[in-house]
Amino acid sequence: MPIESIALQVVTPDRRVVEESVEEVQVPGDQGYLGVLPGHAPLMTELGAGMLSYRKGATWYYLTALRGFAEVLADRVTVLAERAERAEEIDLGRAEKAAARARERLGRLQDPEVDWARAQAALERAMVRVQVAAKAGSALTEGHRPEI
Amino acid sequence: MPTLLEYRHRLRSVNQTKQITRAMKFVAAAQLRRAQSRVFAARPYAHEILEVLRSAAERVEQPIHPLLERRAERRLLVLVLTSDKGLCGAFNSNVARRAAAFFRAHKDRELKWIAVGRRGRDTLRKQGFRLEAEYVDIFRRLDFEHAREIARRVGGLYAEPQVDAVYAIYNEFKNVMTQKLIVEQVLPLAPEVVAGGAAGKLRDRRAEPDYIYEDPPQAIFDSMLPRYLESEIFRILLESGAGEQAARMTAMDAATNNAADLIERLTLEMNKARQAAITKEIIEVVSGAAATAA
Repeated sequence: MPIESIALQVVTPDRRVVEESVEEVQVPGDQGYLGVLPGHAPLMTELGAGMLSYRKGATWYYLTALRGFAEVLADRVTVLAERAERAEEIDLGRAEKAAARARERLGRLQDPEVDWARAQAALERAMVRVQVAAKAGSALTEGHRPEI
Repeated sequence: MPTLLEYRHRLRSVNQTKQITRAMKFVAAAQLRRAQSRVFAARPYAHEILEVLRSAAERVEQPIHPLLERRAERRLLVLVLTSDKGLCGAFNSNVARRAAAFFRAHKDRELKWIAVGRRGRDTLRKQGFRLEAEYVDIFRRLDFEHAREIARRVGGLYAEPQVDAVYAIYNEFKNVMTQKLIVEQVLPLAPEVVAGGAAGKLRDRRAEPDYIYEDPPQAIFDSMLPRYLESEIFRILLESGAGEQAARMTAMDAATNNAADLIERLTLEMNKARQAAITKEIIEVVSGAAATAA
């Protein structure tokens, strides 16, 4: 019998974010996005900072997923992320402000006060949030596919 | 015998204490519910990371990693977990006593200490322990970041290697009434973590063909182990945090009951004193009247 669905699990250290049976998953691997359909070959990857999306029926759902791992098996995808948020949990205004703030910090090249790595990580986080929150608006469109 | 007025003052003060302990009990109960649900919420991650780690371990040539290395336990690092605030019964003193016992039992080793929680830090300092690091005021807003920071420090000391084993002394949250005092070895990670000894209980991945790796297996394995340590430390922090609230709730409940008992006793004594005073007055009046009549 062909495998028709994927048991998707997204967990972070402080909670379980998603536990659902889905038909397609796009995972933000650290080497690029991976599309996963039921029956995929077993795969293990580290996560980058990006958008994780999954499809149930004709509807796509979006999440942020920041660092961690994903394990893909034929009927199962387990994502262990440091942070993950569903699109509807994101405060778009706040994320945009955070992105602007991080950009401003990164612009101050000479300032020894600026923690470069931290500002960069903050920018990355904020941008993924903005991207995912923006997606959520159009997420309910029929047959919509994520443009990555 | 105290005067009536003294009884009144005493009663008022006990009553105020009772109100405070009662309020603290309710606050602790509310915080306990939150802490407890966080303990439960953290379980899926801990469970999944262990499973993925095991299945990765089976696929790397040799699961070698600094955090797995076993050495003769000559130098020990001890994490002592207490609360930041007091008024939680024997919660902290139990830990302190256990830490002292650990110290006595390992006199022949070199010991390093890390204090998590203000109470334990103060006690350890007072007793002259030299602290490698201290983390205070983290329980009010406990976050995974705290666990990561501690894990980085602990893992660093172990990998360097400055210590040969890491232990944690903490209260595990059993239920609202009991906390279990635990001395647990944190590092080196138990061999069954990666050996897959209990793999039979896990879902059967051996039947799966080998993975496609987006990254080299060793790289994945290497970055996974520290994360496992982080999640272990996070669990310990959460357990201790929940145990603290439970202990406080129980302690404040007992204090409220004691205050109620005391109020009852004092009221009774005060009434007796009042009666006695009234009786004395009547006797004086009557005997005075009798004297004039005669």
